[in-house]
Amino acid sequence: MGTGRLYAAVAAGGFRRYSTYRVATAAGLFTNTVFGVVLAYTYIALWDERPGLGGYDQAQALTYVWLGQGLLSAVAVMGGGFEDEMIERIRTGDIAIDLYRPADLQAWWLAADAGRAAFQLLGRGVVPMAFGGLVFHIALPTDAGTWLAFLVAVWLGVLVSFAIRYLVALSAFWFMDGAGVQQLAVLTGLFFSGMVLPLNVFPGALGELARALPWSALLQAPADVLLGERTGFGLLRTYAFQAAWAVGLLAVGRLVQSAATRRVVVQGG
Amino acid sequence: MADLDERRDEYRDFAPAGGSRLVDGLRAYRLIAGMWIRSTMAYRASFAMTVFGNFAGTALDFVAILLMFSRVDELGGYSLGEVAFLYGLSCAAFGLTDLVLGSMDRLGARVRDGTLDTLLVRPAPVLAQVAADRFALRRLGRITQGLLVLGYALVVLDISWTPLKVLLMPVMVVSGAGIFAAVFVAGAAFQFVAQDASQVQNSFTYGGTTLLQYPPTVFAKDLVRGVTFVLPLAFVNWLPALYVLDLPYPLDLPEWVAFLPPLVAVACCALSGVAWRAGLRSYRSTGS
Repeated sequence: MGTGRLYAAVAAGGFRRYSTYRVATAAGLFTNTVFGVVLAYTYIALWDERPGLGGYDQAQALTYVWLGQGLLSAVAVMGGGFEDEMIERIRTGDIAIDLYRPADLQAWWLAADAGRAAFQLLGRGVVPMAFGGLVFHIALPTDAGTWLAFLVAVWLGVLVSFAIRYLVALSAFWFMDGAGVQQLAVLTGLFFSGMVLPLNVFPGALGELARALPWSALLQAPADVLLGERTGFGLLRTYAFQAAWAVGLLAVGRLVQSAATRRVVVQGG
Repeated sequence: MADLDERRDEYRDFAPAGGSRLVDGLRAYRLIAGMWIRSTMAYRASFAMTVFGNFAGTALDFVAILLMFSRVDELGGYSLGEVAFLYGLSCAAFGLTDLVLGSMDRLGARVRDGTLDTLLVRPAPVLAQVAADRFALRRLGRITQGLLVLGYALVVLDISWTPLKVLLMPVMVVSGAGIFAAVFVAGAAFQFVAQDASQVQNSFTYGGTTLLQYPPTVFAKDLVRGVTFVLPLAFVNWLPALYVLDLPYPLDLPEWVAFLPPLVAVACCALSGVAWRAGLRSYRSTGS
């Protein structure tokens, strides 16, 4: 089997695997919608008090809320992707089997995670956006070009998210139990992705910092593209920002992986 | 399945003599929780990180509120101190329930893979076993954080205290925890029917506590009506807290509703107890 076909098959498997859990998907959609409603009302109060806050009008702010709920699973800000399984395999020692398979470990998990993200983008993304659009006054673009540009930004965000979570999973080689690192990663991700509050609302230096960190590639970057805040050269700069973090973090992941496999004793008897 | 029921009854007879179901339950809870605490302590570095993570994770919500107030002076007509008051009470009540019952959302997984059978044959109440499963001491982080924010609110707010208001504070936190406990148990009962739907429970528990962190004036009237008359979350902190703060109630409710939380908590727990029994009776195992 060709390498490309192998990873395509793994990705398709990832997609099918997540699409099996229909009740869980429906339950997740319900939760996204409830949180979206709570957030939307707080944002309305906030933008009533300060119209134009962070350069968004109220409709844009509400779009941001529902986009956040829609992308929450695809960019796996709260975790729940491949990393749980990989950490478990490191803990039990099964990772040794993965390491002598004739496939690249990082590319294998990336393919699986891409399949998951593709399903969750459709399964968990469309309904919150549609609900938000029906119940609240939101500002969605009408031209196909913006939507296309947005999808590119989403996939770059998924790539950065994967690269971060791969590092999180590798930390289990040293800590054995990944729960602590995973939790810290979720927190940092929630805060610095802009899931709690748009990063352009963050004041002063904190805002500058938040917008420069890799997590801003997950939600803030795609949101700004969808809201029409990034066009032409600005759009290219956003893509370059996301791609630079993706390439950099993926490279660090490979370095850490080789350090882990050379220096760490695999668990198991 | 009559089989399982019979076996369950059989083992019930072996339960420690003299103790009531409640005492048995508490004893089983203590034993299982103690075991999980010892197990967590095997990975100390990870435990320390998860305690910090729980504290910081729940504090993140308050950081968001602080960031909002760095840009505005009022939210829905409430000052930062007043929002912090609501926030602290919501977190303290929810934190208490989360510590004791926080693992109930794992029930669905147990129903799906059939491991609930193991709990049914043990001579201890199933509810106590499910509640104590994976008991996580790290959840003290949320309570600590909520109490700190509440402390901050009490310092900055100028409340005209009366004995009744002072008494209402602890009553409010305990009743609030009771109301949330009912939601957790009812959610667990629902998982007997829809095993993969633990997320639905999260939207009422975590979603509920998030909602209560903000002033009722922020939300649409229908939503406030829903969490007052249908799922009575408004009794956790909104109504009693507004009495303490001398602020107007939502929906023109009469003043005495601030003293209803204990009654609401008892009624909710009774209802969810019925739901739990119905759920447990409908359990049919995996058949394999």
